[in-house]
Amino acid sequence: MSLELTRDPAHLRHGSNIGQPLTRRDGVLKVKGQARYAADNHPPAMLYAVIAVSTIARGRVTSLDVDAAKRYPGVVDVMTPSHKPPLAEDPDGKPNPFAFKMELLQNDEVRYANQAIAVVIAETLEAATEGAALLSPQYHIEPARVGLDGAESYAPPVVGIGNPAEVRHGDVDVALAGASNRIEATYETPAQYHNAMEPHAMVASWDGDKLSIDTPSQGMAMAQMRLGGLLGIPPVNIHIRSPFLGGGFGSKGLVSGPQVLGIMAAKLVGRPVKLVLRRDQMYGPVGHRPPTRQTLRIGTDGEGRLTAIDHHAKVTTSTFDDFYEPAADASHTRYASPAIKTSHEAVRVDTGTPLFMRAPGEATGSIALESAIDEIAVACGMDPLDFRLKNYAEVEPISGKPFSSKALRQCYAKGAERFGWAGRPLAPRQMRDDDGFLVGWGMGTATFPALMFQAQARAVIRSDGSGVMESGAHDMGQGAWTALAQIAADGLGLGIDQVEFRSGTSDLPDAGIAGGSAHTATAGAAIHNAGAAVIAKLADLATNDEHSPLFGAGNAGVIAREGRLFRRDDEARSESYADILTRAGVAEIEASGGGAADPAAQSSYAMHAHGAVFAEVKVDPELGQVRVTRLVGAFAAGRIINPRLVQSQLFGGMIWGVSFALHEEAVMDHRSGRILNANLAEYHIPVNADVPSLDVLTVDEHDPHVNALGIKGVGEIGVTGSAGAVANAVWHATGVRVRRFPIRIDDLLTRL
Amino acid sequence: MNFSISLTVNGVRREIELDDPRVTLLDLLRERLDLTGTKKGCDRGQCGACTVLVDGRRINSCLALAVSQDGADILTIEGVAHGDQLHPVQAAFIAHDAFQCGFCTPGQVMSGIGLITEGQAGDDPERVREGMSGNLCRCGAYAGITEAVLEAQNTLANSDQRRSA
Amino acid sequence: MMNFDYVRPLTVAEAVAAASEKGATYLASGTNLLDLMKGGVCHPSRLVDVTRLPGLDRVEYLADGGVRIGALVRNADLAHDAEFARAFPSVAEALLSGASAQLRNAATVGGNVLQRTRCAYFYDAPSACNKRWPGAGCDARHGENRLHAVLGWSEACIATHPSDFCVPLVALDAVVEIEGKSGRREVALEALHRLPGDTPQRETLLERGDLIVALRLPAEARGFAAHARYIKVRERTSYAFAVVSAAASLRIEQGTIREARLALGGVAAKPWRARAAEQVLAGAAPDAAGFREAARIALADAKPSGDNAFKIELAERIVVRALTLATAGTPARIPALPGSPFSSGVRHVA
Repeated sequence: MSLELTRDPAHLRHGSNIGQPLTRRDGVLKVKGQARYAADNHPPAMLYAVIAVSTIARGRVTSLDVDAAKRYPGVVDVMTPSHKPPLAEDPDGKPNPFAFKMELLQNDEVRYANQAIAVVIAETLEAATEGAALLSPQYHIEPARVGLDGAESYAPPVVGIGNPAEVRHGDVDVALAGASNRIEATYETPAQYHNAMEPHAMVASWDGDKLSIDTPSQGMAMAQMRLGGLLGIPPVNIHIRSPFLGGGFGSKGLVSGPQVLGIMAAKLVGRPVKLVLRRDQMYGPVGHRPPTRQTLRIGTDGEGRLTAIDHHAKVTTSTFDDFYEPAADASHTRYASPAIKTSHEAVRVDTGTPLFMRAPGEATGSIALESAIDEIAVACGMDPLDFRLKNYAEVEPISGKPFSSKALRQCYAKGAERFGWAGRPLAPRQMRDDDGFLVGWGMGTATFPALMFQAQARAVIRSDGSGVMESGAHDMGQGAWTALAQIAADGLGLGIDQVEFRSGTSDLPDAGIAGGSAHTATAGAAIHNAGAAVIAKLADLATNDEHSPLFGAGNAGVIAREGRLFRRDDEARSESYADILTRAGVAEIEASGGGAADPAAQSSYAMHAHGAVFAEVKVDPELGQVRVTRLVGAFAAGRIINPRLVQSQLFGGMIWGVSFALHEEAVMDHRSGRILNANLAEYHIPVNADVPSLDVLTVDEHDPHVNALGIKGVGEIGVTGSAGAVANAVWHATGVRVRRFPIRIDDLLTRL
Repeated sequence: MNFSISLTVNGVRREIELDDPRVTLLDLLRERLDLTGTKKGCDRGQCGACTVLVDGRRINSCLALAVSQDGADILTIEGVAHGDQLHPVQAAFIAHDAFQCGFCTPGQVMSGIGLITEGQAGDDPERVREGMSGNLCRCGAYAGITEAVLEAQNTLANSDQRRSA
Repeated sequence: MMNFDYVRPLTVAEAVAAASEKGATYLASGTNLLDLMKGGVCHPSRLVDVTRLPGLDRVEYLADGGVRIGALVRNADLAHDAEFARAFPSVAEALLSGASAQLRNAATVGGNVLQRTRCAYFYDAPSACNKRWPGAGCDARHGENRLHAVLGWSEACIATHPSDFCVPLVALDAVVEIEGKSGRREVALEALHRLPGDTPQRETLLERGDLIVALRLPAEARGFAAHARYIKVRERTSYAFAVVSAAASLRIEQGTIREARLALGGVAAKPWRARAAEQVLAGAAPDAAGFREAARIALADAKPSGDNAFKIELAERIVVRALTLATAGTPARIPALPGSPFSSGVRHVA
């Protein structure tokens, strides 16, 4: 049965698990190297598959020396467009908006560098690797279209997931014409690649028309659907194990082409196959954050009140599919302005299709918007925090809807206090440390929508008094194994050690996608509801049993706590789960629950998490090297399930902000369209020494509207605000406004 | 061409027949000895996920040919704990939430053990940060990692003192 | 990685003989070579594993005050050798500013000297590169080249040498001991690496079969121990190659620079000794104006090879910084962030 939670349930569950800073329940496995990631699997008779990738960005493969590869000792087979198992569906089809096109050796076309052009399958990894090198592909090369100016631009049909590409609220042109203070500035952000530490991996075994796979997935049910369609088998025939992801950040949300090629290779050779991407092969077929060029025009009245925000973003997408980074949409929610316009234009270039990457749109858009807000505050002669407070949005600016909750003012106050913002000089280049380094302080506002997808869970209470909670959730590091178990324990009215939490495989109830910072909220709601449903069943058993001390309590209701049901109006009367079930002669009872957005609440309220990030940087006054020395973030994100894990998530997001502002950038050769730093030595992500001091505060926030548990999600908000805060701190340290990210030594050196 | 090598892996001496000189120490551990705790993040010495101790020193096992390690003493993440008794670095990683996805964690733990053995960082957080900078963590668990290594170093120093007292 | 023949000789003579065949190359720890082989940049047909050669893993302090560093000494071991770090602090600091602790534990000093450029086009096998394929052209020359050479480059090649270690070594007149088919010989480290000219594929003076067996620093190099620094600007705080670096060593007596040693990294195909700058420093007072003049002279011949004019300005400033910090004195202990601008104050130069 399935039961939806009401806001005033007949039966309450009380627990003390939610809110506790438990250490990770999978911690011991992880520190002992026993957590099994996809590539750690090795079924009997397994072969190794290695992808050969194109070195051109556009054109056709005219020849492959398959014979040379096949002759190589240990090579078993070579999968090519002319030798491959058939697919049931065109991988370039778009059966649903979340199906992105993938290259599965259907033809000889090359549409980006690092695209798969063949797969070599061998007895050893070494032989497969060498076999792939021996293919020596020849190409017909066409000129690559590269970068934001690589082709004619056009207006995309939608951005993000079905958002309108252009949104107008008021008339920005009129407002700008009448503004007392005005800025116009253009910011550029680079292509970025997710670079989860775990490369995409697939270990696939076929048994007739049944498929068993180990692969990292942020959305197993969607992967089953996609794979089922491509392979022509029922989704239920596909068993996915994804207990641990070595990071995803969006790149493992949708099953990628190389993962499917691993499955096809296993089909072709009739043996289990392991296919793991090399690091350089991750720069192409598994998504990226596209480069953007964003122009902001902002106006205020004479008192520093915003009158107009015009945010225009140019983005790239692939030549063959449609994903548009919704960068300008960051201006929809942050600052009160009577006129707001956001618009996008797009350019088709010869890259893999950009996709969701941690805070898609929000990260790119917020670094530009937060920089521009800093610039207009300067133009108004105002402190950046005062400016933000003056333009505080009491309702969502673009829609006029009230916020379901918004403790941003407290975030500003607490963050500023912890950071010591009050002493900040207004003018730049005023502070030096004892060693003579330029010191600057900057801030940014963080927001991220509080989303909900759809999830299911199944709850069981057993006659020994213990519980089981099942939901096929995905732990990519955010801590699903722990946080969802905490929700499960409270949902069942049990201690966490009495609950067996089952997750991470596709045969469990669908927990929805782990993305959009919505997984804990969505799967958590399903778990919460499943718990309510099974407790309701248990209560029915007890209250209808004249031998139970709870007999006749039906109308009063019961409270579930620590493995017992208590009569709500008389807590002296109670009975343990075990006794109820044993007397009833039932081994276990079960019930299901779902989690989904409440459309009524969504249409009435704007739902977002909020935060404020304060950054201190030091800049070498002659050499231009920058180091972030302090970051303080204050966040209000609804109910916090596990403060320890939430702190870690927010730290991680803030480090992504540092990386966005100062480090990461894919460098592409403008002639060949190949990425020149497709590695981890020159594609710089922060190292430990780049992260000296982090401080996170969370502000209590009770949100009765977002979902039953009041969770808003913290996976992505940390990136937003942080990138802008660091960039603004660099300006404050140096007086140099860099509008191209990441900020490099050469951008500062001669302007210091 | 076959190569016979002898390695001590987590205290156990193993005679290994290699049919291929290209096999790296990392691939030997993961694909041939079923020691998959050590991770492959980049395979090019740029991320540290494959860190193991060879003769007591932390190295990137992806850039070491197995055949060249003949005679070496290898310690991997699987050999660090004594049964249920975690190594102080492992315990401190859990206590300080020094990881999220966990993929870089075996390398971080081995690197932390190596750093403490090297004895160069002392209790200086900046030296620990620098010394742990060869281990990338995309989740951004660096603050916890630094705290965990400092705490474990302290724990080990105290237990050494007790032993020598 | 293409297959290869693997041999592990036990004597230097056997090694030299084994490596004298076409296609053979030496393998020490492999931290650079295996990376290149995995990237399809190098395809040796034979690896001559020298890690078991006897006697090459020792640091010997010579009777004359010099030091002889066996080619197989690990980077970390040399940097942490207390006597070495005391006598040659800029070398130790440079070593510790490079790569990561794991790589320093594995990499040998001989290998460090011979590490290949990080030019992305050299690493990108499909790109035209005169090093990999003489005559193919240089895709870096009109490509993404903001980090390429500003000194000593040619139209054929604009790559830089990535070593940190070599920069102070070349400043301190290090000598390379080489064993080859015709016996043992020595060359100055400064002469070991060649500028590209028309033959960038010839990176060093080494001939086929030549094996670096040791590096030597002369006794005079100790004379700079009190005023020696290595400074390296990077795009992240650690674990990154130099954008530009400089090693400065001064012998200061009674407030006057008696002798100066200066070299730059990340600017050319070789560690760049700035002899003309050294000459103007010698006999001068260690002051900002003199340092700026020395920096100007050091970079006088520099020209951008692409989108990298900033490196000339940066190199001048880093020379001034390195000289300033060297004047202030070698720190008692290598800083927490070796080579980093953030490991030392700049107040006195601001």
